[in-house]
Amino acid sequence: MAAQQKIRWGELEEDDGGDLDFLLPPRVVVGPDENGLKKVIEYRFDDDGNKVRVTTTTRVRKLARARLSRSAIERRQWPKFGDALKEDAGSRLTMVSTEEILLERPRAPGSKAEESAASGDPLAMASKGGAVLMVCRTCGKKGDHWTSKCPYKDLAPPTETFTDRPPTSDGPPAPGGPAKGAYVPPTMRGGADRTGDSMRRRNDENSVRVTNLSEDTREPDLLELFRAFGPVSRVYVAVDQKTGSSRGFGFVNFVHREDAEKAINKLNGYGYDNLILRVEWATPRPN
Amino acid sequence: MRPILMKGHERPLTFLRYNRDGDLLFSCAKDHTPTVWYADNGDRLGTYRGHNGAVWTCDVSRDSARLITGSADQTAKLWEVSTGKELFSFRFDAPARSVEFAIGDALAVVTTDNFMDHVPTVQVKRIAEDIDDQTEESALVITGIKGRINRAVWGPLNRTIITAGEDATIRIWDSETGQLLKESDKESGHQKTISSLSKSLDWSHFITGSLDKSAKLWDTRTLTLIKTYVTERPVNAVDISPTHDTVVLGGGQDAMNVTMTDRRAGKFEAKFYHKILQEEIGGVKGHFGPINALAFNPDGRSFSSGGEDGYVRLHHFDSDYFSIKM
Repeated sequence: MAAQQKIRWGELEEDDGGDLDFLLPPRVVVGPDENGLKKVIEYRFDDDGNKVRVTTTTRVRKLARARLSRSAIERRQWPKFGDALKEDAGSRLTMVSTEEILLERPRAPGSKAEESAASGDPLAMASKGGAVLMVCRTCGKKGDHWTSKCPYKDLAPPTETFTDRPPTSDGPPAPGGPAKGAYVPPTMRGGADRTGDSMRRRNDENSVRVTNLSEDTREPDLLELFRAFGPVSRVYVAVDQKTGSSRGFGFVNFVHREDAEKAINKLNGYGYDNLILRVEWATPRPN
Repeated sequence: MRPILMKGHERPLTFLRYNRDGDLLFSCAKDHTPTVWYADNGDRLGTYRGHNGAVWTCDVSRDSARLITGSADQTAKLWEVSTGKELFSFRFDAPARSVEFAIGDALAVVTTDNFMDHVPTVQVKRIAEDIDDQTEESALVITGIKGRINRAVWGPLNRTIITAGEDATIRIWDSETGQLLKESDKESGHQKTISSLSKSLDWSHFITGSLDKSAKLWDTRTLTLIKTYVTERPVNAVDISPTHDTVVLGGGQDAMNVTMTDRRAGKFEAKFYHKILQEEIGGVKGHFGPINALAFNPDGRSFSSGGEDGYVRLHHFDSDYFSIKM
């Protein structure tokens, strides 16, 4: 009796790990319940020889209107083979994505075809090769110029910072002033103040800001639109250099203030390229 | 849509194929084991073990009983679909690239690469009903093509064979005599390597995808260019919807170039185009790398994509897709 038991114990020891599976409880499948949850309980030995219980919970989802032919129904009963044979329920080779993927539509049909990059702002093209990333704080253009050298400075809304006016040589020398080269306060300089003021006001009054532009609007489009109201001295459209599409705003300079006022009254609220334009003075007018 | 992600391959996908009923999906990858999945829920049915190289293409017989695979280990193998048992192995002097069963499953076309000093060939093999009668003999061998043949398919009624490949030319051959019948026009055709070819349901027209960032639709009998779909990325995979007037294009730049460009420039989406109007309908994102394989389910209600990341993504269309207005 004891010898027989000893032989049996020795036989068990000589077997490899796989043959010990008969000691484990059988695989249990519970469900799916009304919520579609299914539980698979499996038992196996881990590397240390301990008994491990693995519970896998999955959600079962039925696809609507799955019409299968008779041979396809027979194929559903095929047993697994190859690597799928040893695949346990928790291997998660097949997962339903947690992310909802949409069929993303391109831009609305009927919109204008995107112009090539060559027809963009020529100033932007000149700086394409540069490696330094320059960002202008006034107009927001990237890679074109520094803030201090912004060519569109006059078009942007004025900042609160103090701007020193350069002295002009047109004005007569200050009466009773000290010798040439000495510092003269700006308010004391004769004629310069008045000239600078009138020059600034004239530029500001004739600037028109246009917002809510569509992505494919370019400067020729704005010029064509605003030229009907009078001579236009300058047009600017902000363009994203990376994507090449418009950033949705621009500025138009008129030679005469009356033309600018006419354009604002006519085009504010104007439907242009599927969007409603918003046209206003670039600078708030002093009252 | 909420796609089903299938991770059965450790290396990039190369080809996807549905069977005729649309309930099985076969995937091939650069690891050596083609895999078969149930096409409704993505369950893995089995793998076909035996190849020693990347598996480039596969095809399944009409009754879904047999599978043929072409591999870089210079063999094309026949398998039993239900058990994964290898039935026969055709040996070649060069990697086998493209394989396809003919109508009736009595013939199969196999292309071999230009490998070392071997010229690329198109070979027609007889497939015996009884596997004991199977031989390695070729019924036809076509040579004279320069550059690798990426895809070779049968034309209508098994009378012709259509080839496309590295020299950017599409050719139609007589399947009995091996005579060259038609060549695509150099001017209006593709300018770079043709990477993929897919036929419509009735085989009257087919679509080709190319690395010149376009896909073109051709008439099968006259090899006339019908439509061109222009994208902004190389096209690695194309397919035609069996039920709607849409085509799907997938691609993207090579993985080795991805880190040198802006994140948005990768463009790893499957793009849908209207087949007739040539306008883009929409795009489906998801892969972390170029898309190498695309296939529509024969019922037209789902499609699968395989990418460089080794995943197969199975998408069941929303109802919005079936009511898209241009």
